[in-house]
Amino acid sequence: MTDDGTLLEGKKGLVFGIANQRSYAYYITKKILEAGGEPHFSHLPGEKMERRLVDATSDLGLEDPWMEPCDVSEDEHLDNVFDRYADEIGELDFVVHSVAFADRDYLKDGNFWETPREAWTEALEISAYSLVAMAQRAAPLMDGNGSIVSMTYYGGEKVVPGYNIMGIAKAALEHSTRYLAADLGEKGVRVNTISGGPLKTAAAMAVGGIREMFDIQEERAPLGRNIEGDEVGDTVAFLLSDRASAITGETVHVDAGFSVTGM
Amino acid sequence: MDDRVREIIANELGVEMEKVTEDANFVEDLGADSLDTVELVMAFEEEFEIEIPDEDAEEMQTVSDAIDYLSEKSGE
Repeated sequence: MTDDGTLLEGKKGLVFGIANQRSYAYYITKKILEAGGEPHFSHLPGEKMERRLVDATSDLGLEDPWMEPCDVSEDEHLDNVFDRYADEIGELDFVVHSVAFADRDYLKDGNFWETPREAWTEALEISAYSLVAMAQRAAPLMDGNGSIVSMTYYGGEKVVPGYNIMGIAKAALEHSTRYLAADLGEKGVRVNTISGGPLKTAAAMAVGGIREMFDIQEERAPLGRNIEGDEVGDTVAFLLSDRASAITGETVHVDAGFSVTGM
Repeated sequence: MDDRVREIIANELGVEMEKVTEDANFVEDLGADSLDTVELVMAFEEEFEIEIPDEDAEEMQTVSDAIDYLSEKSGE
């Protein structure tokens, strides 16, 4: 794509969700950097999560990047990240939301119907409400031109065995994207989400049935293959840039065409 | 085989090789969190070019569990 190093020149923002070198957020950060953007980071609280983020970003050539711990289910944590960002960095042009959680016990093929209230609430709060919570804090800092991108998956539109409560959370995330786009359009803030075909991330591997998805994807996707993290990264970089200035509220499929097939 | 497995474990969990004894439990003794355990299984899969079903992964709780399982699976 347009990686001449100027696509995101002068754009600064926040990336939530790098857990390691396989994370979607890792590939997204790589492409933001290639496009000349300046990412800043947040990680789950804890020395171990911080170390993972430091390892991953140093692989991308970043020394001592700006980072702040944040558990997205805590309002005070989110307040702290955005307040500190506003104080220390100032201008906010983009936010990447690549955060989700569901109790693994309920990510098994056939057990969605057994989801207890607590697992439901937790998954929806961390995986979907967090986007709204971030948008509330990001929009006022975006100064008339900003872009927010999150990550979703086809299991939020159709039944994918084992995706279960995560699928419900992704459906909420995708529709929140539309409502946020509607509300924030007048502030010049665009909100989109990427439906990325299955990728071997640590989070994906926690979903029962994911291995089958890789095979089915290869067999049935129009492009006849699985996707690569870089392909998602490229699309996110584009959506964060001014070249995507008329795109908002969209769920963009980066899935080698899988979602258009009937069988 | 044993050393190869122990080395992967030490690497993935960021602990010293000496601590990776046969009876060490990933979570209790080596401080693995949920992300580590997933990563560890993925690392085994890559290194030994096998697929480890979730049911099997859940049974693998100690270093010797992993060595036994991987020896059998990879036919070494």
